[in-house]
Amino acid sequence: MAAVTATRVRRAAARTGQYAALLCYLVFLAFPLVWLLSTALKTPQEMALLDPTWIPLEPTLANFAAAFGEQDLVGAARRSLTVAVCSAVLTVLLALPAAYVLARYRSVVNRIAMSWVLVSQVFPFILVIIALFMILRQFGLVNSLVGLVLVHATWCLPFVLWMLRGYLRGIPRVLEEAAAVDGAGRWRTLVSVVAPLAAPGVAAALMFGFISSWNEFLFALILLKDPGVQTLPLVLVAFTGPEGVARLGPLAAASLMAAVPSLVFFAFIQRRFRGGLVDGAVKG
Amino acid sequence: MTLTSASPPPAEAAPPRPRARPRRPDRSAYALLLPALVPVVLFSIAPLVYGMFLAFTDARAGRDVDTSFVFLENFGHLLADVQFWSSFRIGLVWAVTVTLLQYAAGMGLALLLNQNLRLRWLARTLALFPWAMPPVIVGLMWRLVYHPDAGVLNAALTDLGLISENIDWLNDFGWALPAVVVVGVWTGMPQTTIVLLAGLQNVSRDLGEAARVDGAGPWRRFTAVTLPQLRTVTVAITSLNFVWNMNEFALVYVLTQGGPGGMTRLPMLYAYEEAFRYGFFGYASAMGVAIVIVVLAVLGFYLRRQLKEAEA
Repeated sequence: MAAVTATRVRRAAARTGQYAALLCYLVFLAFPLVWLLSTALKTPQEMALLDPTWIPLEPTLANFAAAFGEQDLVGAARRSLTVAVCSAVLTVLLALPAAYVLARYRSVVNRIAMSWVLVSQVFPFILVIIALFMILRQFGLVNSLVGLVLVHATWCLPFVLWMLRGYLRGIPRVLEEAAAVDGAGRWRTLVSVVAPLAAPGVAAALMFGFISSWNEFLFALILLKDPGVQTLPLVLVAFTGPEGVARLGPLAAASLMAAVPSLVFFAFIQRRFRGGLVDGAVKG
Repeated sequence: MTLTSASPPPAEAAPPRPRARPRRPDRSAYALLLPALVPVVLFSIAPLVYGMFLAFTDARAGRDVDTSFVFLENFGHLLADVQFWSSFRIGLVWAVTVTLLQYAAGMGLALLLNQNLRLRWLARTLALFPWAMPPVIVGLMWRLVYHPDAGVLNAALTDLGLISENIDWLNDFGWALPAVVVVGVWTGMPQTTIVLLAGLQNVSRDLGEAARVDGAGPWRRFTAVTLPQLRTVTVAITSLNFVWNMNEFALVYVLTQGGPGGMTRLPMLYAYEEAFRYGFFGYASAMGVAIVIVVLAVLGFYLRRQLKEAEA
């Protein structure tokens, strides 16, 4: 009996310890976001208090209004949106035919393409970006959103190619053979048989492309020098200048709004993506 | 479909038609690869090759007309550049610390999430979201946390009675690097956790049970049974994390811009400054090449050692 009780006590203690540890993790993971939200809802008076409050005493949406009122931010958000949508669409348009070939045939090209997926993850961008800057300058694409779209689409392409290839492999080949027998050429088969079947995979790829571009900073920092063309992350960083506490509220509100697309994407894709991430890292 | 119904397979258990046998690509297949190939060659492979070439030139912003080939001169300067070595050392400290902490913390969380705990769904959801946040927003968010007057960290530590005077975390010579490391761990932990969690789900339970019967405690079972089975996963995720951390830019740029006094100037930040603030394109490219070489050397050495151990 005594032994049984001792085991039970030990097990209960272990459980408690586990919950305590889990709680620590939850706090560590969540509190920066909670603080961002809290800051975004505070009045300037409250922000200036010597002892900051956790929960705003008088929550206000004034900071959001102020952030929206800034011409800079609204314009930057619109530019970010345009760049992200265009580069997502462009990436998928370029990747889909190639992914189809990589999914259906095996050749040297396949191995090279897959190696590039990995290599492109590992290179320090500084090595690429100076030369890229010079190349884009030749084409007159510095300070241009078109240039940024091309760069984002290109650098997002390897991973999207990989995603789509995996998805396309899951589509039964019989359906294409049927189309071929009915006299459809390869393009025709791709457009009217494969693409519709791949729609969920394409949607995931589009979202991935959108978010990569929406979140991207370094390329934008180097390519977009002119304030009139800068995207949201650049304008937000510029927002942090030495103006002091007064602008923290609007900054927090704007940051929160800039994070929304990413968080929505994450909520949607969470389950599917977990699988993709793991495959990527483990089978890499 | 028409094809299969028109010629039904022989009734007698013929092996399934080897549909999966790879066909040889024909010319039209290559045509489909072309749209992807052109931008990749133009905007990533060409700049990469050109970037390596630039490392051996004295290219400077705005006067590329009289660029000339200088062989190893840039690398010679690099060896003698105190600032480069300092940023390189900081980069190594940063990458190693962040990678180890990401692994340790990620492992802890993965072990917890592998248990049948009540708040597991919440933790699983939260565990991923730092990864989904834009790096710039993560940087800005943590700047609010670390803010000397309006930040939550100082407030919490004051309330707990641990500090009597507010600390300016990101501008303090001693605290800046640790503060930045914490943010690095925070953003990078999700990926590590998820990968380790997947690894844990493949760990055989029988061995653990056998060890338990033999009287091994939890720690012993973890180090002797679980950890060895996670070797492949561990090598993959720590090497990738190390390389990603070595190449980090956006996060630290937003948090400190490399300050105070260069205490958090990671190699990429130094290279960025040399290239785009002072215009030394060739020199910054040489820095990129040097970092690639070191990263690949460390990675190659590490991978080979792990492989040998796995074979032994």
